[in-house]
Amino acid sequence: MASVETKPQPEGAGVAGLLAAPLALLMRLVDGPMRALQRLIGERRMAYVFILPNLAFFSLFVFLPLVINVVFSVTGGAGLFPSERPFVGAQQYGYLFDCGSFLEPSSCREDHFWRGVSNTARFTVFQVTAMVLFSLLTAIVLNMKIRARGFFRAVYFFPVLLSPVVVALTWKWILQRDGLLNAAITSIGGERILFLVDPSWAMFWIVFVSVWAHMGFYTLILLAGLQAIPADLYEAAEMDATPRWRVFWRITLPLLWPNMIVVIVLALIKGVQTFDEVFVLTGGGPGTATLMIVHYIYETAFANQVQNFGLAAAASVVLGIVLFALTLAQLAASHRKGAA
Amino acid sequence: MQGKHWISALALTAGLTIGGAAFAQTTVRIAWYSDGNEGEVVSDLLKRFEAQNRDIKVVLDQVPYKAITENLPVQLASGQGPDIARVVDLGGIARYALDMRPYLKDAAYWEKNFGPFLPWMRPEGDSSAITGFMTQLTVTGPFVNKTLFEQAGIAMPGAKATWEDWGKAAKDVAAKVQAPFPLAMDRSGHRFFSVAVSEGAKVLDDKGEPAVIDDGFKRAARRVYDWHQSGVMKKELWGSVSGTAYRGANDEFKNAQVVLYHSGSWQIAQFDKTVGDAFDWVAVPSPCGVGNCSGMPGGAGLVAIKTTKSPEAVAKVMDYLASEPVLSEFYARSLFVPGHLGIAAKGLDYKDAGPQAKAALKVFSDQVAELSPVAYKLQGYVNNRVIFNAVISRLGQAISGEGTLDEAYKRIESDIAQQIAERKK
Repeated sequence: MASVETKPQPEGAGVAGLLAAPLALLMRLVDGPMRALQRLIGERRMAYVFILPNLAFFSLFVFLPLVINVVFSVTGGAGLFPSERPFVGAQQYGYLFDCGSFLEPSSCREDHFWRGVSNTARFTVFQVTAMVLFSLLTAIVLNMKIRARGFFRAVYFFPVLLSPVVVALTWKWILQRDGLLNAAITSIGGERILFLVDPSWAMFWIVFVSVWAHMGFYTLILLAGLQAIPADLYEAAEMDATPRWRVFWRITLPLLWPNMIVVIVLALIKGVQTFDEVFVLTGGGPGTATLMIVHYIYETAFANQVQNFGLAAAASVVLGIVLFALTLAQLAASHRKGAA
Repeated sequence: MQGKHWISALALTAGLTIGGAAFAQTTVRIAWYSDGNEGEVVSDLLKRFEAQNRDIKVVLDQVPYKAITENLPVQLASGQGPDIARVVDLGGIARYALDMRPYLKDAAYWEKNFGPFLPWMRPEGDSSAITGFMTQLTVTGPFVNKTLFEQAGIAMPGAKATWEDWGKAAKDVAAKVQAPFPLAMDRSGHRFFSVAVSEGAKVLDDKGEPAVIDDGFKRAARRVYDWHQSGVMKKELWGSVSGTAYRGANDEFKNAQVVLYHSGSWQIAQFDKTVGDAFDWVAVPSPCGVGNCSGMPGGAGLVAIKTTKSPEAVAKVMDYLASEPVLSEFYARSLFVPGHLGIAAKGLDYKDAGPQAKAALKVFSDQVAELSPVAYKLQGYVNNRVIFNAVISRLGQAISGEGTLDEAYKRIESDIAQQIAERKK
């Protein structure tokens, strides 16, 4: 382990020096004990010492809640502490999977869970498809030498900075009965449309708002990928008079594919987890047309008078398994690409 | 010489300790939500209490309604809750409530003045505890935009008019004046049951267990469902969200978009303040069904919590707030129907209320006598929110086109049975 030495400060480094001084002091203080520890446990084991703080944080705030969640999923009753809750084995999972037909939510004991599964699946398919397409299109345009390119890059990224609740409330204001959109429609003689009361419109708008709000982030990833493609490949294609669509299929898309995988998998995971925007915008309605799995978990655990933590925990575990599978798929896809 | 120094130091320390003890304060924390201005009013009253009781500091945490219905139960279950809370789910919170009798100045005063409402706040099986008092007694009922009726040239239905009469009249008025909402009803089980009880629903059987789906209930459910099909009610409230979500139409009423708004007495203060003289509004007696003309009683109770470390101080605060002069001022300034029998009998002078608000308060106060025993029983039932939530969730689905009313009835029964079974585990 390298020792910390105090170097003479160059003139004019006043503020930086002031800021660095406490750090240097701290380093000097820990230097001795760390050296002693290294002598005691050996240089190789020091790596574990360095990852220990992060591991402790992860264990306390991620791993422990995960274990508690699994424990809750095999208990019943309305008690809050595990000691107050009777062990019921796989009963909560049994309730979730008690279905006449998994394709018909109304035949299930927990029909709202399966409506949530069905809605989340539909939402994810539409949202991820739209997200990837529009992000790619936007990234390609923003990669061209267009006027005010920096301004447009900022504009497309701006919604990402907004809180999901602000996004949803803004769009609610636009889409409601007397909202901005209906005002525009009626001003040109059209009929008012109840966008958030019609099930098909409600699903369309939650997908639209989600894409609008998050597209900037995925565009940024794809833009970084596009900028990493060597320019000489395009120059060679131009010299060969290769058509533009062929350049896209043969050069751009294959070289952008690693970034595309990241975008698809991240969008997929975010899609399955979606809650806040939809909760504020449609409240899961009309009926249960936009009820998502996470919304079901929240309702089951907190909104009912009898807070059914066991059932909500079981649904969370099922959702966790789905997300874990998606993460594994991402890792497998990344490795395959890396190996190729 | 050194000994003298020790004695001086000891005396100084003792003096500081005794002085410190004289100024030591017990902190009492109250979780409070507001519908109108009652948060400001109680804050004023508590400042006076603190001036009279320098040994007690009262911290008033003003929180959203959702925090009371969803977060507070979890806090209380974990033993981390406030010392006192203003709650609406009286039955659900009752098991965390403190029996204040050993600490109250005069328990008989509480029995005498809050008697009929004390059982609402008692844990299941307890018939004597005193855990709190009603900060407001609410009664459900309709508010009518009188100006829209006048503009349409249609007479308002009379005192004993039925729900059917009001539905028809509201639709006719809305059609004439192009109002978007003929009749709006809060998306709340409590509001639905004022229709159901008046249609003859019994809700609970002889043993006090839920027997929700009967002819009276079906009549009310069919009425609300048909109103949505025929355009008397719009789907924005009952059909637009899922599950147990509450939706109100107070903003639409204030904007003169609703002909008849079925809500309750707690809206008076905000309508008085926000509608002003923009249009004439009146509260009308609860419409009749085939059974009776009852609304639903309800309200918010201020309940002492048993995990408090200072039950004496809590009881002192509660004694003060529940005392007749303080509570009279609270009800009068908040424009609330009193939940104190003595004050109700004497009558209240709502000095700050406009003429429309005063008239509405009289209508709702008179309605108390019309309330059905079924309505009282349901309000006092410990699992009433289980019933309310199952009804709005499933009826909402039927209204938005997800299944039939018969399917909704089956789901309501099974949802209630499952949740109560879970609580009993």
